Amino acid sequence: MRVSNAADPDRSKAQWRNLMQTLEKDAGAKLQRMTPIEGLPDLVFTANAGLTRDGKTVISQFRQKERQPEEEYFKRWFTEHDYSVIPLGVESYFEGAGDLLGFTDIWFGGYRQRSEIGAYAALSKIYDKEILPLELVDKKFYHLDTCFCPLSGGELLYYPAAFDFYAQETIANRIEEDRQLVVPQVEAERFACNAVCVDRHVVLPAGCDKTMDLLKHHGYMPHPVELGEFAKSGGSAKCLTLALD
Amino acid sequence: MITETVILKGHIIDSLIFAKVLDTILQAGGTFDISKIDVGTRREDPTIAKISIRAKSPALLEKILQAVQPHGAVVERISDCHTMTAPQDGVLPDSFYATSHLSTQVRLKGKWVGVEAIEMDLAIRVRFDPPQALAIPMATVKKGDCIVTGRGGIQVFPLERPKGRDVFSFMEAQVSSERPHQHIITDIAKRMRLIRANRHKDLIQGSEASNQNIGTKVLFVGGPAIVHSGGRDALSWLIDEGFIHVLFSGNALPAHDMEASLFGTSLGFGLSAGHIAPHGHEHHLHTINKVRGSGSIKQAVESGLIKDGIIASCVRQNVDMVFAGSIRDDGPLPDVVTDTVKAQGAMRAALPGVGLALMVATTLHSIATGNCLPAKVPTVCVDINPAVPTKLSDRGSFQAVGLVMDSSSFLKELARELDWSG
Repeated sequence: MRVSNAADPDRSKAQWRNLMQTLEKDAGAKLQRMTPIEGLPDLVFTANAGLTRDGKTVISQFRQKERQPEEEYFKRWFTEHDYSVIPLGVESYFEGAGDLLGFTDIWFGGYRQRSEIGAYAALSKIYDKEILPLELVDKKFYHLDTCFCPLSGGELLYYPAAFDFYAQETIANRIEEDRQLVVPQVEAERFACNAVCVDRHVVLPAGCDKTMDLLKHHGYMPHPVELGEFAKSGGSAKCLTLALD
Repeated sequence: MITETVILKGHIIDSLIFAKVLDTILQAGGTFDISKIDVGTRREDPTIAKISIRAKSPALLEKILQAVQPHGAVVERISDCHTMTAPQDGVLPDSFYATSHLSTQVRLKGKWVGVEAIEMDLAIRVRFDPPQALAIPMATVKKGDCIVTGRGGIQVFPLERPKGRDVFSFMEAQVSSERPHQHIITDIAKRMRLIRANRHKDLIQGSEASNQNIGTKVLFVGGPAIVHSGGRDALSWLIDEGFIHVLFSGNALPAHDMEASLFGTSLGFGLSAGHIAPHGHEHHLHTINKVRGSGSIKQAVESGLIKDGIIASCVRQNVDMVFAGSIRDDGPLPDVVTDTVKAQGAMRAALPGVGLALMVATTLHSIATGNCLPAKVPTVCVDINPAVPTKLSDRGSFQAVGLVMDSSSFLKELARELDWSG
C-alpha cells in the first residue's frame, strides 16, 4: 500500500459493510466475522488466512514480515471454531485461498509472487487432490485470486496475461475453450477476477461491465460492489472473504 | 562437466512444470539426464523426478540451479563420500571403493568433484583442501592416504557417445569376420586425421586452442604378427606421416621389426623371399644382442644400425614407446620394462591426451592397455582371431570396436585410406 494512496477509513468501512450486505442478502451467503486486531490492517483480507476444505484447515505462512503476525490470530480463530488445523509441514510460503483455488476435481496453485511451489506438493498430500501450479508473472497480479476465478458451473473467469506460457497452456489443456471467460486488461486491472461466486451469484468490483456481460451470457447473476478503497491495497471482493465450507 | 542432482515433486507433468524445468536447463546452456521418474497411478498422486543437471562450469551450474529452484527443483541432499586412511604403504583400507573406467565423481565438502585419471580396478585417493580426487593403483598408495570407501557419495556416469555419425558413436564390439569392415577403417582414418590436425593446433597454438575431447594422440598397441604378416611398411608409413604418437608393445614387436631391418626376415622367414632363411631362427637373437650392444633402441637407430621399419620411424618421429616385458622374452631388448608395476606406471604416464587407441594383433597387451584406458577413449581391437576382441570386451573394455581381420591387411587398408601409395 502506498502512503500517498492511503485508504480513507470511513469510506473503507462503508464499502466493506456494503460488500457484506450484498453477500448475505443478494448472494445468499452465510457469513462469520472476525474481530479486527489493532496494528494488523491486512487482517481484513481473510482470503489469505489459509485454506479450509474437507474438514481440514491449513494456516498460511506469509512471505511478508508485516503479515506474518496474522498467522497466530487466524490459527486461534479456526481452533476456537472447532476446525481441525493441520500444519503445512514444509517451510515454503503459502498464502491460503488467495493462491489456491479450484474446482471439485482439480485445484490450481499460483506461485512465484507470494506462495512458493513447494507448498503445493505438501497440500496435495494433505487434501489428496491434484494441484497444478501456475506461475504468476505480473506483479500487479500477485495472488492467483487476483486473476483467476473458478465459477460454480465449471467456467473459469481469468486474465491470461498474468500467467507464463506454461501456465496458459496448462489452463487451456484443462478448461474447455467455451468455458474460459477471458477478462479484458482494463477490467482485470480493476480486479474483475477477484470475485466471489456463490451458486449462480457473482459479487465483483464495480466498473467491470464487460465482465458482467460475460457472466450474464453464461447464466450468472453479477452483483457489482464499489470497493475502490481496498483496490488501493491490491485487493477486492474475493480477497476480503474466505470460503469456510 | 560439473553435475548436481535435483528432485522435482508434485503434479509436475500436467502443469508442464517438468517441461519448464528441462527447458530452463537447456536454455541456460546446461544439459540433463532424467535419472529416475515415478509417475503416480492416480490423478491425485504426485510425480517424483530425479534430474541430473550438467554444466561446463560451477558458475553456470549455480546459475541453472537458481533458475530451476523457484519451480520446485530441490537439490538432492547427498552425504559426502566416506573415506578411511590407508593402513600402510601399498595396502588399501578394507571396503575401499574399486573404480570402473567410466567417468566418476565423488562428493567432497558438499560438492561433486571429478575423479582424475580414471581407469578400471583402482582406488580413489582424495584430498580436501583444495578438493581433489585421483584414481590410483593399489601399489602406489601411501600410508595415511585418504581412500574412498563404501558406495555413498559416489556417482558414475554412463558412457557418452562421441558426437558424430561414425562407428565410434555406437561403440559396440562388431566381432564378426562376416561383416564389411571398410566403413570402420574409413571412420578410423577420419578420426586419425582429426587427431593429427588437433595435435598440430595444440603444439602450435597451445592446449587452449585444441579440442580436448578429440585428443592429441593416437595410441598404437601392436604384436609381432604385424611384422610376420607384412604390415611393417604400412605401419612405418603411418608413423612417418605423424598419425601415431604412442606405441605400446612387448619385446617381440621391436625385436622382429629390427630383425627385418638387419636380416630381411621375421622370425627367420624371409619377408620378400617367402621362405625360411638358413639359421633364420637365430636372427632375432642376433638382433637383440646387437641392439643390447648399442645400449638402447634409440642409440641403435641413431647410430645407423637400424635403418628402417616401425621402430626406426618411431625414434625419428619421437613417438613415446613403452615396451612391457614378459616371462618368455628373449634378451630382452634394452628399454623393455621387466618390472610389471613399473611398466603399468609407464603406460599410464603416456595415456593423457590419447583420443584413439588401436590395438592390433596382440591379446595380452590389448587387455593390459584396456585396463588402463578410460571408457570414453574410442578403441579399436583388430585381430584375426575373434576371441581377442571378445576377450577384451569381456574384461571390461566394452567400448572397443572389434574388427576380425589380418593385421597386415588392416594396416595396408588404413594407410591407403590415409593416402599411402604402397
